[in-house]
Amino acid sequence: MSQPTQPSRPKSRSGFIERSLVDINNTLEQSIFAEKIARQKGLLQALDPRLKLISMVMLLFAVSLSRQLSIIAVLYFWALILAAASAIPLGFFIKRVWVFIPFFTGVVALPALFITPGPVLINLPFGMVITHTGAVTALFLLLRVGTSVSFAVLFVLSTPWNSVLKALGVLRVPDVIVLVLGMTYRYIHLLLHTANDMFLSRKSRILRRMSGAEERRLTAATAGTLLGKSLQLSSEVHLAMESRGYRGYPRTMDRFQMQWFDWAAALVVIIVTAAAIWMGR
Amino acid sequence: MDHLSNGSGPVFDVKDLCYSYNGQISALDHINVTVYPGEKLAILGSNGSGKSTLLKILDGLYFPSSGTVKAFGQTLSELALRDDRFNFEFRSRVGFVFQDSDAQLFMPSVWDEIAFGPLQLGMDQTELTARVEAALLALQIEKLRDRPPHQLSGGEKKRVALASVLSLSPEIWLLDEPSAGLDPRSADWLEDFLNTQGRAGKTVVLSTHDLAFVEATADRMYVLDEYHQIIAEGTPQKILSDHSLLIKANLVRK
Repeated sequence: MSQPTQPSRPKSRSGFIERSLVDINNTLEQSIFAEKIARQKGLLQALDPRLKLISMVMLLFAVSLSRQLSIIAVLYFWALILAAASAIPLGFFIKRVWVFIPFFTGVVALPALFITPGPVLINLPFGMVITHTGAVTALFLLLRVGTSVSFAVLFVLSTPWNSVLKALGVLRVPDVIVLVLGMTYRYIHLLLHTANDMFLSRKSRILRRMSGAEERRLTAATAGTLLGKSLQLSSEVHLAMESRGYRGYPRTMDRFQMQWFDWAAALVVIIVTAAAIWMGR
Repeated sequence: MDHLSNGSGPVFDVKDLCYSYNGQISALDHINVTVYPGEKLAILGSNGSGKSTLLKILDGLYFPSSGTVKAFGQTLSELALRDDRFNFEFRSRVGFVFQDSDAQLFMPSVWDEIAFGPLQLGMDQTELTARVEAALLALQIEKLRDRPPHQLSGGEKKRVALASVLSLSPEIWLLDEPSAGLDPRSADWLEDFLNTQGRAGKTVVLSTHDLAFVEATADRMYVLDEYHQIIAEGTPQKILSDHSLLIKANLVRK
């Protein structure tokens, strides 16, 4: 399976329209790629989405409660095996999890390296030291977050988005919230395509470099038009709902059915979670 | 509120109907339309003539500024549709296919879309599942069942939109510009579908400016002009052979 490519960003200011187009196309491409993974044959794809959601929550608990680095590492390794067994390209999966973690968690973990008291691990210039305890604390934080994010990403990548939303019902999320989220997801795609067409049409008519002020005006005009279109569309959607009997409160249903392999998987998850919590205490 | 009639009288009876947007922009001007059970009726008119507005009024989505609309012998009004029993019966018996399939397909998957109508009408899960599966089969879209609508082609979206109404098994089909944006094969298929519905005793009311499509599907038609008035009524043979009428309604070039 080919992974979504990362088109290079034009650097000049005149590439503002191109940048917008690249961003929109990337978003659409990534969403289609994720949906493709979720619909292919694989271990996790075969499981009931509700089970996957509950399993994810249980494993997040196990990762949070474990005080042994080795146990968290084993859980992370297990996430990698699950990804491979679900035909999720490992490079893509690892990158998706770890690209942003250094920026967010890393910033939080960094001071722990220096300020946590303990035996010295590395001496740095200007009298700064990295302590052994500090390094372990930072590693704990990074691995814990990385493993937790890995399980969440596994769930999202192996489940079509509409099933992700429907599975939320098992956590008692109200039907109306699930419906609104589903419709939001569905119409984001439509509006992205509309925005794409608008930028393409502008691109075909612009013959010179645009100034910063012109770019801002263009962006504001595009946003305004999109807002107008989305309001008009939302009114039509409401009529379409009313026409089919909607009266202000949605009725929904899911078609999930637990099979024997779902129960077997549930047993495995319970054992793994219990073992991780007990061994990592 | 009385039961909606099952008799042989008109399914819709529109008398002296006027409609204007925000009380200012006229969309329909003194319209009189009668729809009989089992017929295939076309509302022919150019863009902006008010066809879509008329269909939305027939579906109880918009309400007249003046004049009356009767559905199955009962007055169709905002007040009437607030009544649960009337609303249930009316929505069960009348299905509307929107011109813009993207407005009609608001659920995140094809299966959910087709199930939406029966679910809102409180159908039990066994019957609902059977209806959805039958609609998927009838529209030949079984393979699309779990697909999100944004990944479908225009022709596929139209089929899903039709399936979403078919699952309600309506007596009356209202279709707004059903052939717009369809490739010739999909348009042929749609003609067959509507003719099949007609043979099954369903009433079909469609709005269009596609003369070839209307010739192949309608038994009778009304023509709306650019002033939002009905200027003719008759069989397709009669209307489509009147070139000056079609020019007047801006449906053909001079």
